[in-house]
Amino acid sequence: MNRLNEKGKQFKSKLNLDFTLVNKARQTAKKIAFETQKFIDVHTTTTIERTVCRLLGIDGVDEFDVPLPNIVVDHINMKNRLGSGVANLIGNAILHTNLTPQEIAKKVARNELDLTELSLKDISDIKATINVIAQETLVKISQNRKKRENLLQKYSDKEGPLIYVIVATGNIYEDIIQAHAAARQGADVIAVIRSTVQSLLDYVPYGATTEGFGGTYATQENFRLMRKALDKVSEELGRYIRLTNYCSGLCMPEIAAMGAFERLDMMLNDALYGILFRDINMKRTIIDQYFSRMINAYAGVIINTGEDNYLTTADAYEAAHTVLASEFINEQFALLAGLREEQMGLGHAFEMNPDLENGFLYELAQAQMAREIFPKAPLKYMPPTKFMTGNIFKGHIQDALFNMITIMTNQRIHLLGMLTEAIHTPFMSDRALSIENARYIFNNMKSIGDEIEFKKGGLMERRVDEVLHKAFDLLKEIEKEGLFKTIEKGIFASIIRSIDGGKGLDGVVKKEKDYFNPFIELMNRELTKGGN
Amino acid sequence: MGGGQYSTEKEAFDKNLDLTKIKPYGDTMNDGKIQLSFTLPVEDGDKAIEAAKELAEKMGLKDPEVVYHSSLDKGFTFFVIYGKIIHSLDYTKIQVEAVEVEAMSKDDINTYIRNKIGRKLVILGASTGTDAHTVGIDAILNMKGFAGHYGLEHYEMIEAFNLGSQVTNEEFVKKAIELKADVLLVSQTVTQKDIHIKNLTQLVDLLEAEGIRDKIILICGGARINNELAKELGYDAGFGPGTYAEIVASFFIKEHVRRKGYN
Repeated sequence: MNRLNEKGKQFKSKLNLDFTLVNKARQTAKKIAFETQKFIDVHTTTTIERTVCRLLGIDGVDEFDVPLPNIVVDHINMKNRLGSGVANLIGNAILHTNLTPQEIAKKVARNELDLTELSLKDISDIKATINVIAQETLVKISQNRKKRENLLQKYSDKEGPLIYVIVATGNIYEDIIQAHAAARQGADVIAVIRSTVQSLLDYVPYGATTEGFGGTYATQENFRLMRKALDKVSEELGRYIRLTNYCSGLCMPEIAAMGAFERLDMMLNDALYGILFRDINMKRTIIDQYFSRMINAYAGVIINTGEDNYLTTADAYEAAHTVLASEFINEQFALLAGLREEQMGLGHAFEMNPDLENGFLYELAQAQMAREIFPKAPLKYMPPTKFMTGNIFKGHIQDALFNMITIMTNQRIHLLGMLTEAIHTPFMSDRALSIENARYIFNNMKSIGDEIEFKKGGLMERRVDEVLHKAFDLLKEIEKEGLFKTIEKGIFASIIRSIDGGKGLDGVVKKEKDYFNPFIELMNRELTKGGN
Repeated sequence: MGGGQYSTEKEAFDKNLDLTKIKPYGDTMNDGKIQLSFTLPVEDGDKAIEAAKELAEKMGLKDPEVVYHSSLDKGFTFFVIYGKIIHSLDYTKIQVEAVEVEAMSKDDINTYIRNKIGRKLVILGASTGTDAHTVGIDAILNMKGFAGHYGLEHYEMIEAFNLGSQVTNEEFVKKAIELKADVLLVSQTVTQKDIHIKNLTQLVDLLEAEGIRDKIILICGGARINNELAKELGYDAGFGPGTYAEIVASFFIKEHVRRKGYN
């Protein structure tokens, strides 16, 4: 059966995949996402409302470093009015005071204004007032998107795998030095690793980071500094260097908004990751995910999903079908939020035990299968981590095998493995050696994917058939039980989480009848138009 | 590149192994050959190569050879160096403290607890402080374990609680008291700026302040942890990478029995 690939060209499955079953799996995932969406649609959260504040122009901190969006949202939440949406109360306050949202926030911070005590003006006047400001913001974000498109056109975007590396010094200025070196060595994407605590902070820190642990904070200032630095090196190299950060944890949509303002190109963005690996409450983060993905969709950002992480705790060979099932679900959630397939960096990883006989073939089969099932998605392929050791010499070879799979199966976002993965965050030289390794293989084996076919009825064909069937069975089970129940049973990554456990549940609020969020309405309108 | 490594010249050194004077081994006893690589924050060129050589000499390398150098960026150069180390070491004087445990099987561990202790042991584990990594603690505690070795949750005579990551020491101690834990397992992955040392020390202080340090067996583990470090910080044992659940369990069941004096 011939299908269309990412360039709209016809391709023939190399693995004789059962596309009838693929379609059934996709339909099942759609139902799962749709059911969960019903829950999402009737709720908002503290971070979603703080995001609305940010998008309306509220920024900065008070004298105790508390972000103004937090002050405004907490103020409204304390009076139990968050279910109406901050936009409603801020719009109302503008009609009363004729001040800007930022000025209003400052007054709230100084206890000079109680937003909940002003008499409610006519809702259509409120909406009209707020929509003017919201439109201005959306124009700004669209301009960023256009700017990215123009730069990609000017430099002409790279074909083949994008080499993605991380910088993680904890000091944004040192990160810039590392990022510049990496770009000159051949990296295409720079991910700035976040400080280890940030996913559990229920606010976004403010300003530049010079001393973080394991990384810098995702702050708008850090975003701005790195964007500027990468634009500079892009200009020097005549190549657009993409910037990535982490739109996950308790502030997913706020970070999405900051990324949209500062023209980030990719965002790690996956609720399941937060639930499983950061013990964030599932209701909270699945609601947050929707709005954050919508902002990413609108800003033209490619999201990266976190399926690869399952395999760091579960066995990669045995749990391969959970990765596929999750990719199907993530695809549907992404579509519901208005993301195009070209913006879905669905994740998977090269994590099988290196002692496994024919492990390379199973990895190859899995990667080829993902490529064929999600033909337009810029798949995000993660390197070996679990079985990396202090033997850097062997590690370099493990990374080489991983690089080979990427070039053989046309993965798009290639997170580079480091030979010192198990030892420390990369030295400048580690990164250089790894980039050299990848470029060597990508060049030396460039067209191998076009030249090879796999044996009919062979080991790889049989393997993907098994994985696809198991993924379908799992999706059916999830459809029956619901997504939340499935997570409670520990299906993903063998980690059990309870529906009312974890962090952040107190930030979930039921929407009232008069709930108003201008951005959901305005972005939805444009995204569903298909004109984005 | 010079002829050093291909030199046919006879080198005058004793080629017999003497444990009081050991040296690294390349391909001949006592040749002292080692390899190293590093980056210097200078522009690549003859001057940079000379600098790398002189630095290697300062490290105790005789006849260092820069076999590879390459510019990483403006003002950064990477070197690979081979040389002969001038130092030697008296191996007979070396003392190490490793956890000496004979690893028992899962079944034997269950039987041992059943027969010698007579009740389930309560194990509490967490990745403490700001550390967000759960891979280590999960490998030891979670049902699934790691590389085919079941985690402690899978042991019928062990009641294991995994608190996950980013658990504060205060919270950890509170839970330990609440659950009457026999053993505490602390995992530390992030070691930047020695944050793990501060964090591990603080836990010991807290346990002592609560007066329960003697009542529990305290164990830490992680990529950069070893037994010597653990002991120094006031822990009963420390385990490095590649440790499986049964090794940790073999240690604490015997330690538990030894302390209680019932045998």
